[in-house]
Amino acid sequence: MSLDRRTFLKTLGVVGLSLTVGDVLASEDKKEKSIEFYGVLYDSSRCVGCQTCENMCAMANDVHAPDGKPKTGLVRKTDEGHRTVINSYNTSKGEVFIKKQCMHCNDPACVSACLTKAMYKTKEGPVIWRGEKCMGCRYCMVSCPFDIPKFEYFSSNPKIEKCTMCFDKIQTGKAPACTQDCPAQALKFGTRRELLKEAHKRIVEHPEIYVDEIYGEQVAGGTAFLYLSPVPFNELGENTSLQNKSYPELSKGFLYSVPSVFVLIPPILLGIYEATKNNKNKENDENE
Amino acid sequence: MKTNNINIPISKDNDGESIFKFLMHELKPKGKIFTPFNIISVPIILIGIYLIIVRFIFGIGSVTNLTQEVPWGLWIGFDVVTGVAFAGGAYVLTFMVYILNMKKYHSIVRITVLNGFLAYVFYAGALLLDLGRPWHVINPIIGNSFGVSSVLFLVAWHFLLYMIAQLIEFSPAVAEWLGARRAHKILSGMTIAAVIFGITLSMLHQSGLGALYLMAKDKIHPLWYSEFIPILFLVSSIFAGLSMVIFEGTISHKVFFNQISEKNLKAEKGILLGLAKICAGTMFAYFFMQLLVFIHGKHWDLLSTPMGHWFLLEMLGFVILPMLLFIISYRLNKILLIRIASVLTMLGVIMNRLNVTVIGFRWDAPIRYYPTLMELVVTLTVIFTEIWIFRWVVNRMPVLRESPSWAKKEK
Repeated sequence: MSLDRRTFLKTLGVVGLSLTVGDVLASEDKKEKSIEFYGVLYDSSRCVGCQTCENMCAMANDVHAPDGKPKTGLVRKTDEGHRTVINSYNTSKGEVFIKKQCMHCNDPACVSACLTKAMYKTKEGPVIWRGEKCMGCRYCMVSCPFDIPKFEYFSSNPKIEKCTMCFDKIQTGKAPACTQDCPAQALKFGTRRELLKEAHKRIVEHPEIYVDEIYGEQVAGGTAFLYLSPVPFNELGENTSLQNKSYPELSKGFLYSVPSVFVLIPPILLGIYEATKNNKNKENDENE
Repeated sequence: MKTNNINIPISKDNDGESIFKFLMHELKPKGKIFTPFNIISVPIILIGIYLIIVRFIFGIGSVTNLTQEVPWGLWIGFDVVTGVAFAGGAYVLTFMVYILNMKKYHSIVRITVLNGFLAYVFYAGALLLDLGRPWHVINPIIGNSFGVSSVLFLVAWHFLLYMIAQLIEFSPAVAEWLGARRAHKILSGMTIAAVIFGITLSMLHQSGLGALYLMAKDKIHPLWYSEFIPILFLVSSIFAGLSMVIFEGTISHKVFFNQISEKNLKAEKGILLGLAKICAGTMFAYFFMQLLVFIHGKHWDLLSTPMGHWFLLEMLGFVILPMLLFIISYRLNKILLIRIASVLTMLGVIMNRLNVTVIGFRWDAPIRYYPTLMELVVTLTVIFTEIWIFRWVVNRMPVLRESPSWAKKEK
């Protein structure tokens, strides 16, 4: 395959470059080369709403077992005790289920918001929370367009709760708990690239089942969780007005202006100060 | 010119031996104990302290109405975001007095810097109450947990650095109080550097407070969200701060009347007229920017909604109206009108900050956030405690009164 040869050449190039040019370039290339984000493909046309994923998640992560069943008209939410929920929606094609959990954005708003690097995008893809760094400011919650991080408001030592894509399992080569025993095979774990390919394949092969959109491919700059659906996503309670640019882009302009202000403003102020200094004597004469 | 205030001993020129005695003496309350302010503030502060203890034992949710959708409420939206806007007077006045060398405003610089400094200490300090895990507050400052891509990281650092800058700006007054001549000389020499640094920091974090909300694009009502929030926050902090200076000056002149020299009492009118002009000018610029943002946002349809009416009220009633009052007041030399306009302006700034941070935040949520009475009491506790410290300092250090003669000679 030509792709293999290209990858091979690229690797060669990277090695050569990093040996000759140095750290900066090499680390930039490494991102492209070796980091392959994991992800989960969720197919809501297959999901039967059995809540196996919810139960598996609760067991694996030691959080609360699901309270209640998905019911049309009732929107259950993830909270500090529930990292994932299945909801049921009455759509143009009858009852359709949809799973909700952290989307694990490629460029997450919560991570860029975090001033202590407690929210952290691992190189494997999962976005995790690290309690030893977090100061509980909840800026991640303000920033997350999906409203995912949840805070323990009734604790003197509160944690931020959210899906971690079972990062501990991924590190040992296992799949996230929710994907393991899905009886309808609605959840599939893999690298994001493979899953996207798979999702496109399903749409092409069964255009009668799916709408031609993968939620998560573009939204918020792309996410690790990818959704297939038989109906438009706004019928499933997803916010379809979210931007396709990543959210950290929104504050980038401001952050980029900071060094310029720091470099430009003090000398200007100093200049004005020096220029107006001479008035001092004049004013003093009048006052004294 | 000699004034009667110079004769009031601030501190005997101590040589270091009597300093402990002097401090112990100064710690004691001065003046009447049963003033209306004390009678109101003390019970509230006591209840507030109790609530703060409850909050640390049972969690933030036991005192506040915050939800998973609205994680920042009154304590951030009012105490921090609005409080810091009102503290903007310090950087504007230090710019005018030290950089532009406008001697006219020199007599109010110290009290404004003190006010600004205490506002930062207390309102930014109120942030600690809102932190779930405040024992980790040091993480972004020291250690290896620098989230440099965060606007909040920038704001946190700027708060810290600006507090230090303001402390340096104010420190000559402390040195005069303690009679520390050598320290006074050194600290006075650092003023300009602190001022330049402080203005730069202020520009960045006043706008940074707005930039915090840039990522909440889908959560804030479109009439208040735009990519220009940072600039709007910066411009409005100028007249917010100056209105606070006018308002605070009005009260200080009544409460601390006996400390102010005749010369400065006479100068007050000129100062207020000058500040009114600056307020009017910046408010016009601010309104014009809001107008541009509104037109480019293409939200005409939203004006007929309740939130649209609220927006119009903010813009017309609390930006345009006080701006016109400021213009009229300096045309007609009406000081009372300036004071009224400053109060209206402050109300407008409170409205604006709360609209971005609380009222317009998740305006479409089925369950709206509204603060509990307990949140309000804690906020009042913070404000009252600040006023107590403010009063304590003004009654002891040469803030409003003239500096001791030795300090004046130094210049």
